[in-house]
Amino acid sequence: MSRPDPQIQAVRAMIVAHKRWDHIFALTALAAMLFCVLVLLALILSMVVDGYHRITPDFFTSFPSRMAERSGILSAWVGSLLVISVTILAAVPVGVAAGIYLEIYAKRNWLMDLIEINITNLAGVPPIIYGLLALSLFVHTWGLGESVLTAGLTMALMILPVVIMNTREAIRSIPQSIHEAAYALGATKGQATRDHLLPYSKGGILTGVIIGTATAVGETAPLIVIGALTFIAFLPPAPITDVFPFVSFAWLFDPFTVMPIQMFNWVSRPQPAFHELAAAAGVVLMCITLAMNALAIWLRYRYRKRIRW
Amino acid sequence: MLHPASTAPNASHGSEIFAQAEPKAEARNLNFFYSGGVQALKSINLHLAANSVTALIGPSGCGKSTFLRCFNRMHDLYPGNRYEGQIVINPGGINILGADIDPIEVRMRISMVFQKPNPFPKSIYENVAYGLRVRGVRQSGLIDEKVEDALRGAALWDEVKDRLHQLAFNLSGGQQQRLCIARALATDPEILLFDEPTSALDPIATDSIEDLIGHLKSKVTILIVTHNMHQAARVSNHTAFMHMGELIEFGPTDVIFTNPKVKRTEDYITGRYG
Amino acid sequence: MNPTRSRFSPQPARHVKERVVHSLLFLSAMSAIAITLAVVSILVLESMSFFREVSLREFLTDTQWTPLFADPRYGVMPLVGATLVVTSIGLLVAVPLGTLAALYLGEFAPSRVREFFKPTLEMLSSVPSVVYGYFALLLVTPLLQQIIPGLPGFNMLSAGLVIGVSIVPFVSSMSEDAMRAVPMDIREGSYAMGATRLQTARYVVFPAALSGIVAAYILAMSVALGQTMIVAIAAGQQANLTLDPTQPAATLTAYIAQVAIGDVAHGTIAYQSIFAVGLVLLLMTLVLNILGHFMRRRYRESY
Repeated sequence: MSRPDPQIQAVRAMIVAHKRWDHIFALTALAAMLFCVLVLLALILSMVVDGYHRITPDFFTSFPSRMAERSGILSAWVGSLLVISVTILAAVPVGVAAGIYLEIYAKRNWLMDLIEINITNLAGVPPIIYGLLALSLFVHTWGLGESVLTAGLTMALMILPVVIMNTREAIRSIPQSIHEAAYALGATKGQATRDHLLPYSKGGILTGVIIGTATAVGETAPLIVIGALTFIAFLPPAPITDVFPFVSFAWLFDPFTVMPIQMFNWVSRPQPAFHELAAAAGVVLMCITLAMNALAIWLRYRYRKRIRW
Repeated sequence: MLHPASTAPNASHGSEIFAQAEPKAEARNLNFFYSGGVQALKSINLHLAANSVTALIGPSGCGKSTFLRCFNRMHDLYPGNRYEGQIVINPGGINILGADIDPIEVRMRISMVFQKPNPFPKSIYENVAYGLRVRGVRQSGLIDEKVEDALRGAALWDEVKDRLHQLAFNLSGGQQQRLCIARALATDPEILLFDEPTSALDPIATDSIEDLIGHLKSKVTILIVTHNMHQAARVSNHTAFMHMGELIEFGPTDVIFTNPKVKRTEDYITGRYG
Repeated sequence: MNPTRSRFSPQPARHVKERVVHSLLFLSAMSAIAITLAVVSILVLESMSFFREVSLREFLTDTQWTPLFADPRYGVMPLVGATLVVTSIGLLVAVPLGTLAALYLGEFAPSRVREFFKPTLEMLSSVPSVVYGYFALLLVTPLLQQIIPGLPGFNMLSAGLVIGVSIVPFVSSMSEDAMRAVPMDIREGSYAMGATRLQTARYVVFPAALSGIVAAYILAMSVALGQTMIVAIAAGQQANLTLDPTQPAATLTAYIAQVAIGDVAHGTIAYQSIFAVGLVLLLMTLVLNILGHFMRRRYRESY
């Protein structure tokens, strides 16, 4: 025998002890993760319980008011919708264009490095700083006022890095051979991009846009700084009018409020009735952001599975 | 006295050799299936003689690495793999593929050196000491001793004794591989598995590793997979030729290389196909 | 990779169009630099107006922050202190939870468990911060008040704890990526020596991924620093120089929000003070982001 029996027993005992630590650790870690998830679930459920009875059709069609029973989120969700439209219209073209430039046209030199460093830094800037920038530049220097337009532009600045980075990643995942095939047929960069690269990277770009939009819908701080009011009992004028030229842009310049700010306003009041309204608004807001994030995750998953180079 | 296992067609066993001493390890009717059902090994029967070097040769994809990795149950790390048959270790006749055997225990008796040197991102000393720490050895005096023994056994001590606490990454490729050998030796394994240990190294480093293998066999039993036939001829006592998951021929190295009994073996050795 | 011009059919229009497209795209890319320049210059310019009235010395060393009082004091320390307290509490929660989650998902979890938890943890970061603020004020604080008698309705502890939960996904996701980048052959080397999963994770994988993991912590800290709504709602808006988390206090971000809500007139010191405070915040996050960048570069270079 090359090893005496007691030694094998000792080795076996030690392995059992080590594996016990393995199991203890795995259980602890699983407990930690479950704890996070359960805590969140508990909090969400609590909020739902507090607020769901306020979620009636009237809730969506009433303005906020001093009386809790008559309050609703009409101005808030319309405001969110208007602001997000401006955000998307501003951020997507610029962001996608920048992403295309950096991935396809740019040469690797100091300027491109500088741009890349800037984008990474901007992604890490606290949102409230964008609010400060907008307050000084958009509201005062350019005189756009505390308006939907300002809000949309501010949020566009905030989500620009996300859109750019996702666009770049989407384009980067297209193999070089596809680029080369397009050029070999005589396409210019613009044609190759329009006809091949953009269509193939649509999924990834869309994912980035949705994630950015979801962030923008839930973000409050920058809009507080630029002066989104917390008590708005009217709607901006409609974009479609019945007189020539049938389209109005006046709504861009009106004061506004958005969903998260309405919730913030209600949560800051001492009366419990308003806390319930805040809970209701929170539920609606969460449904929107959760749905968008889930959509983005699903899109990313489906997009990765569908195109197999 | 142990009998060689049942024979597969066309396999030669040189049973005269094994009549004299108990083999260190025996594969009995070993089949292996990767997850998804692909069968990578078909009815392998093979002996490893104690304190000798057995080489596995064969074209790419013939299953030699797969077979090697059965010995230390590396396949268990990836779900879905399945073993059929036995690998029996002596003394004791224990089937290490048994469901009741813990792979960790197997790996404490059977060590492995990989194709690409894979030192841990730690100091040279800590790399060699790792196996001891995993086994609960704590006295630093004892660890110092074993580290030095292992490094001497791997013919690396003189080159690194003054920089034991520097990062292992700073060593050359050949030195890193010898470090991995020292790491494997530090725990006094009974069997040492080599998975194409020199395919990533230059000829001089290859030479020193082959030399080392020659010296090591007096202490451990060695099973080495190599894609280089000449290496097999240089270092091994017995050679097994595999093809498409089957063991085609097995015998003393000089017999296999000068007078193979199976035509396919002869074709491979003479280069008629690779 | 520009195709050469064909001799057979010159198409000048095509090239003009190309050049126009190229310029537009280039301008879009330059927007990143433009935005950074705008942020920095505006913060600096407005702060300069502020510092004409208030000395830098007072700003950095005074221990009271009362800009809206009749006799204003402009010491930024209470704001910085509160920011750091809340961030530390957040990190105390997120670093252990996130690292454990990352270790488990990376080295231990069977694939089905992993496929459930990874997106679920990611969803934690999709909850709007105002909702987290609601949780902190109306759910966590009452709970804590039962454990800690006499806890005020506004306090830094609730805010810090909830911030911690909200940044767990950053820690776990980035740490897991760092650990996944450790090559499999080093792991196999460890298992081949008879190590268990825990031993391999502790002695081989974790140290190898360390700089990436530290980068994750730094990123989480940066996010916590910039957090506004949770503190504005739950920690109160009274500047307070203290290390005691059971007290209310205003962070840098909460102060900016407070002034903005109060609609302070353009051009006053109070208005300019928010830019000075914003500048401090920007500098803090900039330092952290640069540190994180270097940490990430270090771990990428090892492999």
